[in-house]
Amino acid sequence: MSEVAENIKTTETVAVQPKKPAEPLLSKRRKRLMSDPLDEDNPITVQVLGICSALAVTTQMKPTLVMAIAVIFVIVFANLIISVLRNLIPNRVRIIVQLSVIASLVVLVDQVLKAYFFDVSKLLSVFVGLIITNCIVMGRLEAFAMGNKPYDSILDGLGSGLGYSWIILAVAFFRELFGSGAVFGFPVFESLGLAYENNGLMVNSIGAFLIIGLIIWAQRWRNGYVEHN
Amino acid sequence: MELVNLGIQSIFIKNMIFSYFLGMCSYLAVSKKVSTAMGLGLAVIFVLTITVPANWLIREFILKEGALIWISASFETVDLSFLSYIMFIAVIASMVQLVEMFIEKTSPALYGSLGIFLPLIAVNCAILGSSLFMVTYDYNFVESTVFGFSSGIGWLLAIIAIAAIREKLKYSNVPDPLKGLGITFIITGLMGIAFMAFMGISL
Repeated sequence: MSEVAENIKTTETVAVQPKKPAEPLLSKRRKRLMSDPLDEDNPITVQVLGICSALAVTTQMKPTLVMAIAVIFVIVFANLIISVLRNLIPNRVRIIVQLSVIASLVVLVDQVLKAYFFDVSKLLSVFVGLIITNCIVMGRLEAFAMGNKPYDSILDGLGSGLGYSWIILAVAFFRELFGSGAVFGFPVFESLGLAYENNGLMVNSIGAFLIIGLIIWAQRWRNGYVEHN
Repeated sequence: MELVNLGIQSIFIKNMIFSYFLGMCSYLAVSKKVSTAMGLGLAVIFVLTITVPANWLIREFILKEGALIWISASFETVDLSFLSYIMFIAVIASMVQLVEMFIEKTSPALYGSLGIFLPLIAVNCAILGSSLFMVTYDYNFVESTVFGFSSGIGWLLAIIAIAAIREKLKYSNVPDPLKGLGITFIITGLMGIAFMAFMGISL
């Protein structure tokens, strides 16, 4: 008898208790949303997404940095918008809705680049437009933003964007260093007084393939991820 | 002759994969078996051959500066080209939907094996990329049709070649962390070097 009464009592107290306190802004789970894509769940090296535009712009550091910022912007805002709209989008037309949200954001980026950074925009040429078809953006919308709250989606987008950025910046670093002997246009080898013959293969697309292959090798060797056929 | 030259160039020299890195996502993901790669490659050729000329028409008669003059002379200064990304991607997405329905009806086996990658053609950078290159290089209607078709062939060639190599690769002893994606990238690089031999060919 007393047990039952106690049970009732406890359930009552639970019911009366105020709402569960909100999750802290940077709880452990949310930190993982940010940090996972940087290493063990990296969009480029592990999930094999977004390689299309990743490689073409990486001949020099400067356009790569601009590209990285553009992609982070697009992915964060696309995630936010889709996540806010997630209960309103009919399932059948979701791809078109997602694409049009992404495309509008990309048009925004493209116009800003053309207005304020014309030389970089010329260098990037069609690859700004190709952010639309960057699989990372679509992938995050489809896999995360369609089923999660806006704030989490922003963090997730930020994490994926940063994961993408550090890989392409690393690729660009090696390609510019060995291809043009410079970093951000600053001639490294020359200022060190070393004679260095630029390696044309690195500026070429082939250099990008080889370098990203090696980066994937190094990264997977470090975190122990193995792909089984 | 000019057109043949353009075709050869876009298949071998300006190959979508080896020189522009376009369509890499599906290239890496669907290249484990030759038969699937073949199916996807054919679908890409089909979509490219239709969408590039279709986008050319849209650009010529709607988006270009002064293109709307056929409606009324007062539209002479209207320039809608900032809308081209949205228009192009809309055309591509609807075309892909069409192809998907067509394949589902005619070849359920192929539909099953392509699975999720069919809708992904919509986000295949090679498709949108070709339309954007068509704008950059200022091709005319016939040229853009040839360009779309032969870019598709170049892409098919690349994905079949890598799929054939990867089928054999299963039996080789690749270091663990390099398995899969890593070794595929390095092989693609080596194939790119081979394709460099075509450079400078013109008819």
